[in-house]
Amino acid sequence: MADPFLPVVGQPVPAAGGTSLEDIAEEVVRFPGGGIAMLRSDTLFHWAQKSSMWPLTFGLACCAIEMMATFAGRFDLDRFGMFLRPTPRQSDVMIIAGTVTIKMAPRIRTLYDQMPHPKWVISMGSCANSGDHYRNVYSVVPGVDHVIPVDIYVAGCPPTPEALMEGIFALQKKIMEGDRAGA
Amino acid sequence: MPAPEIVAAMETRFSATPFALGVEIPAAELLTALRALRDTHGYRYYVLGTGTEAAAAFEVTHAVRNLESNDTLFVKVSVPKDAAEVDSIAFVYAGAEWQEREIWDLIGVTFKAHPDLRRILMPDEYPGHPLRKSFAMDTPWGYRPATAAAVEAES
Repeated sequence: MADPFLPVVGQPVPAAGGTSLEDIAEEVVRFPGGGIAMLRSDTLFHWAQKSSMWPLTFGLACCAIEMMATFAGRFDLDRFGMFLRPTPRQSDVMIIAGTVTIKMAPRIRTLYDQMPHPKWVISMGSCANSGDHYRNVYSVVPGVDHVIPVDIYVAGCPPTPEALMEGIFALQKKIMEGDRAGA
Repeated sequence: MPAPEIVAAMETRFSATPFALGVEIPAAELLTALRALRDTHGYRYYVLGTGTEAAAAFEVTHAVRNLESNDTLFVKVSVPKDAAEVDSIAFVYAGAEWQEREIWDLIGVTFKAHPDLRRILMPDEYPGHPLRKSFAMDTPWGYRPATAAAVEAES
């Protein structure tokens, strides 16, 4: 009798907890007759990382409202293994949602430095991407990438929850490819 | 509209000039006038304080309210640009303390005898007072590159 948690080569296999092994099914080699499977450790780790992203909430302006909506019941990011952490020590993704001021910039840098590796950054909305119409204002940083490295830019003012989810999926894809803007 | 009898009292006692929302009074009379408003006329509630830059001078405006008659009076003083200094009213209305810090931070009007005149919105080391007309918008600071053109070039 086949073990349901050990996929056969080349076939998408549903796993427990709503996650899916589809993306790595092609790389998993199952030895016939035994409880042993083989795959690259990188693939396994990247799959685990992308399936349990714990974002640090960083609501700086109106984008935070859309971020909250994305995490709330209607869109429900829990089903992708994401749930918000209020501390950088337990997070691996930072969602910069809103306008970055020059007074907040050193705090963002500190929080980013406090996050354990590996870590990723999503810049959400026009203000965090480029400063947008506050670009040349005396108190605004023209893009959060002046402060920390950014993996994914989500366009919009503010982005809809669907747009943020699109950015999150893009980040998952990037994680699977082992690509990171940060160290 | 403020109560006419209060405006009239301000005019006779403090040689105030009325305008639509209240009175403009000489800077030397500011503390006395606000004490009188608070203690004699019942304007015990401090609504807001704000600073503006007019062509000739800075203006500091305080709004106070009488909660019994629901009457709001704006009290304005002119502050010369070359000596931007005016009395702090934080000891008359405690609520004015942070509002005066904000005015000083952004417009650069100094408040005499203010208990704690520090920046409240901008970082402590920020150069200058950004809402002054003379403030250069491309002042470099911290994570801000020097000019708008440099911002474009960097990104």
